[in-house]
Amino acid sequence: MTRRPVVLAALTWLYVVWSLVPVLIAIQFSFNDGRSRSTWQGFSFRWYWGDSGSVASDPSLRLALSNTLQLALLTTLVATPLGVALALGLTRWRGRTSRAANGLMLLPLATPEIVMGSALYLVFTNLYTLIPLGRTAQLLGHVTFSVSYVVIIVRSRLHSIGAEYEAAARDLGATPLQALRTVLLPLLTPAVLAGALIVFASSMDDFVISAFLSTDASSVTVPIKLYSAVRTAPSPALNALATLLLLGSALALVLAWAVLRRRRGVVRGTDRAGGSALREMASIDV
Amino acid sequence: MRESRSGRRLWPALAAPGTLWLLALFAVPFYAIAAVAFGYPDPVFGSPVPEWDPRYWDFTLFTEVIQRSLTGDLRPVFVRTLLFVGLALLLCFLIGYPVAYYLARYAGRRRGLLLALILAPWWINYITRMLAWLSLLQDDGYVNDVLMALRIVPDPVRWLSGNPYTVVLALVYGYVPFFIVPLYATLDRIDSQLLDASRDLGVGGYRTFLHVTLPLSRSGLMTAAVVTALPMFGDYFTNTLVSGSPTTTMIGNQIEFYLLGGSRKEIGASLVLLLSAMLMALMAYYLISSQRANREAS
Repeated sequence: MTRRPVVLAALTWLYVVWSLVPVLIAIQFSFNDGRSRSTWQGFSFRWYWGDSGSVASDPSLRLALSNTLQLALLTTLVATPLGVALALGLTRWRGRTSRAANGLMLLPLATPEIVMGSALYLVFTNLYTLIPLGRTAQLLGHVTFSVSYVVIIVRSRLHSIGAEYEAAARDLGATPLQALRTVLLPLLTPAVLAGALIVFASSMDDFVISAFLSTDASSVTVPIKLYSAVRTAPSPALNALATLLLLGSALALVLAWAVLRRRRGVVRGTDRAGGSALREMASIDV
Repeated sequence: MRESRSGRRLWPALAAPGTLWLLALFAVPFYAIAAVAFGYPDPVFGSPVPEWDPRYWDFTLFTEVIQRSLTGDLRPVFVRTLLFVGLALLLCFLIGYPVAYYLARYAGRRRGLLLALILAPWWINYITRMLAWLSLLQDDGYVNDVLMALRIVPDPVRWLSGNPYTVVLALVYGYVPFFIVPLYATLDRIDSQLLDASRDLGVGGYRTFLHVTLPLSRSGLMTAAVVTALPMFGDYFTNTLVSGSPTTTMIGNQIEFYLLGGSRKEIGASLVLLLSAMLMALMAYYLISSQRANREAS
């Protein structure tokens, strides 16, 4: 390039600062020694543990944290196998029913959360009345919006593997099931792991579906707690809770990124992995 | 590929559980919205009873809701929603385009780092990001401190009590990462030789941008707009968090109010249907025009 686009560069970095600094300040105030969320009074861990209003001591904050972790874990355990099987089925199975199933799988990705939340709320209160609103309904709802993520990630990996390995296994006498188990699944492991981690992170972050399907204090998750308490009972303990949530999803995503990156390194050998793995993760939500 | 009998059965069998799950927990729930919206009131309690048989659907309430939305008391809510989302999209474009453009064309060695930083808010919990602004925008928060220190305003601005600008800015802050990423993906694919060619032909940077880059990024802009507009139209939590005042109510707030708050769930369901119909029209327009663009390109 001939000219250095100074203005564009400045705008871009300004944007990055604008988008991240408020969150960094919020994290900073989770370590505030006082009650204020706008005046810094020294560093302390009191909002994490020790203080009676801290995350470790306040039962409602502790419950929200454990609800969120349990929900994310169970969602991952259910959605991952369901999504992997669906991805395999949809990729290899041809025909009209398969195309319809594929459309059905894509729809949740294009549905605004409020529509999905309302739909699930109405079906659990009117039709599936055996399942009361609360943690079970939340689990079912989270799995529903997560399955498609797994399918998209696993399927893009399936396309890049191609059909040759499987065909080779079949030529050597393996049944389709054996070829799947001994050849395809091991090759898919990184994508499956990445998918699972992304499901975990998005379940932890979800607010709308959880909120529509929660009943009382027993099914409050961290985002719901933050939402309901921030205007009525603000305290740095909420910032601490938010920081823990952020730490959890950041951990899951860094792991997912590392897994995707390694897998690129293994299969393609030469790929400069980091950027492309990031780009792949960027395309997931779209 | 060679297909044996067991292979023909294996793949549908693998797809079956996920498909059934989505039928039961995505398709049927969607149908439930219609069943409630087109249902009837319980003769004794007056509470809404869903009607599962489409032959008996009753559209009077739905027509009423449409009327209220077009001319009645819900009209300001719809107008406000369109206005807020439209303004927010415009700001997303003004903020997002330069960032995506810089990232795609000039970031060079720093691209990985920048991309990670730009993707970060995508994965930071939305409510957390709003919570961060809530402390900054308090009457004695940092934003007012800075504005007053610079003597831009004499008194603290009341950002958080029904200020429509705060709502629009919060929407922009919340959703602009969703705008940047698809736009970046498109700009990244534009062949830089085309831009060089334009420059070689003596066209200035500004006109190259207007006549080459901007038209070529149309599809990305459309995707970005749709990806951002869909969740914005259904957003209610941003509004509740940064305003909480009836003067800034959007459709999402009305849906939440009728469905979760009151006893008139059938009105909530009708509003969800109305919103879905609007968004489906938007999606259809997007799909048709992007298909047309693809055909023109090939």
